[in-house]
Amino acid sequence: MNSITENTDYKLELASSPHIHSRWNTRQAMWMVVLALLPAVIASVIFFGIYQIVIIIVSVAACLVTEVLIKKIRKRKIIIDDGSAVITGLLLSLILPPNFSLSSTAIGAVIAIGIGKEVFGGIGYNIFNPALVGRAFLQAAFPVPMTTWTLPENTIDSLSSATPLAAMKFDNVITKPLNMFLGNIGGSIGETSALAILIGGLFLIAAGIINWRIPTAMLTGMILFSGIFWLIDPLKYPDPLFQVFAGGFLFGSFFMATDWVTSPLTSKGMWIYGILISLMVVAIRLFGGLPEGVMYAILFMNAFVPMINKFTRPRVFGEAAK
Amino acid sequence: MSFFSSFKTFKGGVHPSEFKEFTQNLPFEIMPAPAIVIIPLTQHIGKPANPVVKKKDEVKAGQVIAESSGFISSVIHSPVSGIVKDIHLEPTISGFPNECIIIQSNDNSDIDLMPQLDIETVSPDDIISRVRDAGIVGQGGAAFPTYVKLSPPADTKIDYVILNGCECEPYLTRDDRYMIERSTDVLNGLKLIMKALGVKKGVIGIEDNKNQAIKAMREIVRSEPDIEVEILKTKYPQGAEKMLIKAVLNREVPPGKLPMDVGCVIQNIGTAIAVNDAVTKGEPQITAALTVSGKGINNPKNIIVRVGTPLNEILNYCGGLKDDAAKIVVGGPMMGVSQFDVNAPVTKATSGILVLTKKEANAHTETPCLNCGKCIEVCPLGLVPTKLTRFSKLNMYEKADEFSITTCMECGTCTYNCPANIPLVQWIRLGKKKVIRMQKEKMSA
Repeated sequence: MNSITENTDYKLELASSPHIHSRWNTRQAMWMVVLALLPAVIASVIFFGIYQIVIIIVSVAACLVTEVLIKKIRKRKIIIDDGSAVITGLLLSLILPPNFSLSSTAIGAVIAIGIGKEVFGGIGYNIFNPALVGRAFLQAAFPVPMTTWTLPENTIDSLSSATPLAAMKFDNVITKPLNMFLGNIGGSIGETSALAILIGGLFLIAAGIINWRIPTAMLTGMILFSGIFWLIDPLKYPDPLFQVFAGGFLFGSFFMATDWVTSPLTSKGMWIYGILISLMVVAIRLFGGLPEGVMYAILFMNAFVPMINKFTRPRVFGEAAK
Repeated sequence: MSFFSSFKTFKGGVHPSEFKEFTQNLPFEIMPAPAIVIIPLTQHIGKPANPVVKKKDEVKAGQVIAESSGFISSVIHSPVSGIVKDIHLEPTISGFPNECIIIQSNDNSDIDLMPQLDIETVSPDDIISRVRDAGIVGQGGAAFPTYVKLSPPADTKIDYVILNGCECEPYLTRDDRYMIERSTDVLNGLKLIMKALGVKKGVIGIEDNKNQAIKAMREIVRSEPDIEVEILKTKYPQGAEKMLIKAVLNREVPPGKLPMDVGCVIQNIGTAIAVNDAVTKGEPQITAALTVSGKGINNPKNIIVRVGTPLNEILNYCGGLKDDAAKIVVGGPMMGVSQFDVNAPVTKATSGILVLTKKEANAHTETPCLNCGKCIEVCPLGLVPTKLTRFSKLNMYEKADEFSITTCMECGTCTYNCPANIPLVQWIRLGKKKVIRMQKEKMSA
């Protein structure tokens, strides 16, 4: 028999209820995201060669070093085993062009953590997706390397232009859907294989880590808005399926727009956010100067998240709907 | 429970591991009365009872030892026969010291009963006065005097009595066992409550993880055209009054209102049993049925004890604690109160004692809020726990009030689900108290 009931000198743990907790915590969730990105990493090696691993490692390492240095300067506790800086590094590298310069990758990573996250106060306080901030900086600083696409190593099809979106936009050439699904096309390191992205993304949804509403809203929005234009003029505008599989749309839907910190809090807000991102992507792709617009669309909508949260407060139980 | 369960429920909520298997199949045992019982004068919501015995008085089991002191109050009977040793402050399970009558018991073979009433011919008024005289309080946790709930204002129209057989807290199996072992008495208790209120329709809501109870209750209500068993999805907090009414009748109780404002009276399974026993057997409420469970207790049990039995006597009766026991909780793990003194006594409304291990009890490290929205997704009342927590931390009580902080019923679902381990409901609890104080000051100003 335990001493607690016999001994008068016992000590019991005291706490305010609840006394149990779900098995999930932030740290586990973050490492699950890292795990979910592995299919995309593997696909990048298959299509673009082993060198992409070096870019990924440089990006992750630069993110970790930046995080540690800034925390030291700010005299804050250094926590890197929560996986968040690893995710930023992974995400950034996967949205860069294949065979991208290593020094530029490192600069992007420093900007992603430094400007994208830490200036706002660190994890949980940033407004914009850090990886996308890093990429946006690189796009502005190195416009030519950022749009120089290496084709997959064993491409069978001859493409007149490097990425399906550029081919569509500038040459009006549509890429074969099967190649786009598998990822055997030109594009960013981790963005080309729809299959790999879907495996990781659906796993995160099934595990309850990312909210299914955001990717669903983005897909619905994309099919709806691009479908309207396609129906108006199927020769001029690409079909919705192409739009979904092209560029960084799927990767953005599952891994960028679903970032906990920079996406809306409420279910209704998530729907609005996802649909508006797709509206912007369609607008940029069809009418903007750039072939691709997922990055800017998500960054732009990140800025609206506080407002979306304000206007999508859930209805308090028992109160009439406002 | 299954993910695709088609049973009725409410929006939000979580499904913690149930751990009901520890005691689900164990019939009630009756624990012998202890040598000394400690009877707090506050075992109910409302005014403390007034003691009517003094030191060295001889009392008999079932004899009134403290009188009700107002409309919302309750009479208290001696659970044992013996001598009053003293009346003084003692630690209680609420965490606050309370005036208690201490009785040294001797012979407990026989209990002073009230006259038995006939279930068929008893009048509504007689049921209500018997429930009051037997000192019955709600068994669902809040311990609201039951006779008050049976005496609604004359202009209130009530059309449903719902018996709460959800028992949505993990570990607890008291109501489950009651429905299995005493289904007829549960039904008779419900019928008496319906008769007292003049209500035609009754529903017994049971979560779908209690197959035996569902079967037993279904069998027994077969001959009752106006009483139904409603199977509900197993989900916490399905047993909260507002959630139960929403699931069963699709009615929403507005903030600050009571179930009777939407035409319902909710009673717990244990309360129905107590009402039945008071009317048909003349028994005052001097026992408490409870589940003793958890990974830190040697022999988990469902037991019936005398009110006033100290926790440590019960823990010893259940084989004592295991070496890694670290926390003792009275009630369920989601809303129960952790104990600092094992001499605190069981009260009329105690439904369970849990012994949690070091592994379960250790607080998780809090990390920053990442705005994931998982607290909002599960809040059954449509609140924004992360915001309320921020307002509470920053002393922004006007804002907290604007965001309906006082609507929170402190079910703890948000804290359970928070991946950053932020003590959300704990902050909200604090903020809620301050907002209520602020409102009172405004009213009196």
